[in-house]
Amino acid sequence: MRDNPKAGMTLIVKTVTRLTVGLILIFGIYIILHGHLSPGGGFAGGVIVGLAFVHLMLAFGKDVAAAKISKNLASNLESIGALMFLSVALLGFFGGSFFLNILAKGTPFKLFSAGTIPLSNICIGIKVGVGLFAIFLALVVLEKSKEQE
Amino acid sequence: MTLYILCLVLFCIGLYGVLRKRNLIKIIVGLGIIEYAMNLFFVLLGYRFHGRAPIAAQDQNILNMVDPLPQALVLTSIVIGLGVTALVISIAIRIYEKYGTFDITKIKRLRG
Amino acid sequence: MIFAAIVAIEVKDLLSSVIAVGAVGFALCLAFLILKAPDLAITQLVVEILCLIILIRATIKKDLPLVIEGRWVFNTVSTLAFICLFLFFAWTALRELPRFGEPIMAVAKKYLSEGISKTGAVNLVTAVILDFRAYDTLGEATVLFTSVIGIMAILRRPGRKKLKDMDNAR
Repeated sequence: MRDNPKAGMTLIVKTVTRLTVGLILIFGIYIILHGHLSPGGGFAGGVIVGLAFVHLMLAFGKDVAAAKISKNLASNLESIGALMFLSVALLGFFGGSFFLNILAKGTPFKLFSAGTIPLSNICIGIKVGVGLFAIFLALVVLEKSKEQE
Repeated sequence: MTLYILCLVLFCIGLYGVLRKRNLIKIIVGLGIIEYAMNLFFVLLGYRFHGRAPIAAQDQNILNMVDPLPQALVLTSIVIGLGVTALVISIAIRIYEKYGTFDITKIKRLRG
Repeated sequence: MIFAAIVAIEVKDLLSSVIAVGAVGFALCLAFLILKAPDLAITQLVVEILCLIILIRATIKKDLPLVIEGRWVFNTVSTLAFICLFLFFAWTALRELPRFGEPIMAVAKKYLSEGISKTGAVNLVTAVILDFRAYDTLGEATVLFTSVIGIMAILRRPGRKKLKDMDNAR
C-alpha cells in the first residue's frame, strides 16, 4: 500500500498493521459464520470487522482508509445490510408467520444447520461493522475540516 | 445478596457522577458506568451454582445450564449502549465547537 | 470495579478518567467470564475497545479541570441523602428476589430443553436472540441504524454551495 510518511503513525505501527489487519478481518468473519456453533454471533463479529477498518484508518491516516471504503459506499452498505435482515424476516411469511425459521434444520454441529440463523448473523454482521466504520469516518472528517477553519 | 448490593453501589457511583459533576465528559463517563452496572445486575440474576455455559457440547448431555434469557437481553443492551455513547459524544463535540467550553453552567443560551 | 469507578468520577484529568472507565469495562468482561457467559464477554470486550477509541477522540485536546464554587455543601448533602434513600429502598426490594444462584427459570427451562431440537442451533443464546426473540434483535438493529444516521446528521459540514453563499453574503 502506498503510504505518505507524514500521515498516520510511526513506521512500527504501520508495519504491524500491514501484517495483522487481514487476520483481524478473517477472525471477525469466522466469528460471524460460526455464531450458532460457538460463542460470538453477529454482533461481536460485526464489531470486530468494524474494528479492522478502524485500525487501518488509525494507522495510515484518513486517506488510505477512505479510498478503500468511501463514505457513500459505507452508508449504502449499511442500508443494504438492514434491508437484508428484514427480507430474511419476511421470508418467514412463506412458512406461516413473521420471522418463522423455515429453512431446513440440518443435523446439529454442522456449519449449514439451524435454518435462517446463519443468514441473520451475516446480515447483522455486515450492518454493525459498516455502521461502526461510518461513525468513525464522520468523527474523523469533522476534525480535519475543523483544522482548516 | 451482597453481590446485588455491590452492583447497585456501582450504579449509585455513576448516578453521583451524572448529578454532581460540571464537566460534560464526566457526565458521559457517569452514564457509561450506570450502563455497565445494569448489565452486570441482569447477568447476576440468571446465574446458577455449578451451572455451565449455555452451549451444548458434542456427545455430552448437559443438564444444568445457566439461564440463557438474561444473557440474550444483555447482549442487545451492550451494543445499544455503544450507539448511545457514540451519539452523546458527537453532541458534546458540537457543543464544544459552539461554546468553547465543556462547563455546563456556562452553556445557557438557548438560541439556535 | 468500584474502586476504578470512583477514580473515574473523581480524578481531575480527563484522560485518566477515560482510562479508568476502560478499566471498569475490562473488569466487567472478566466478571462475565466468571458468571459463565462467553458470548457476552466477547461482545463486551470489543465494544469496550471501540467505546474507548471514541471517548479519547473527544477529549484529546480539551483537558480542563474544574473548580468547586457556589452552594456546594447543600447540593452534595442532598445528593448523598437521596442516594442513601435509594439504596435503602433497593435493599428492601431485593429481599424479594430468589436467592443468588438458584434462579426460577420458568421460561428458560422450555428454551433449554427444546432449543436444539426446534432450531438446530447449538449455541442457545444465539437461538434465543435470533429465533425465539427475533423482534428484540429487529428493535436493536433499528436503534443502531438510528444512531448512525443521527451521528452523520449532527457532524455534517455545510456543503460547498452553502459556504460559497455565506461568503458571497458577507
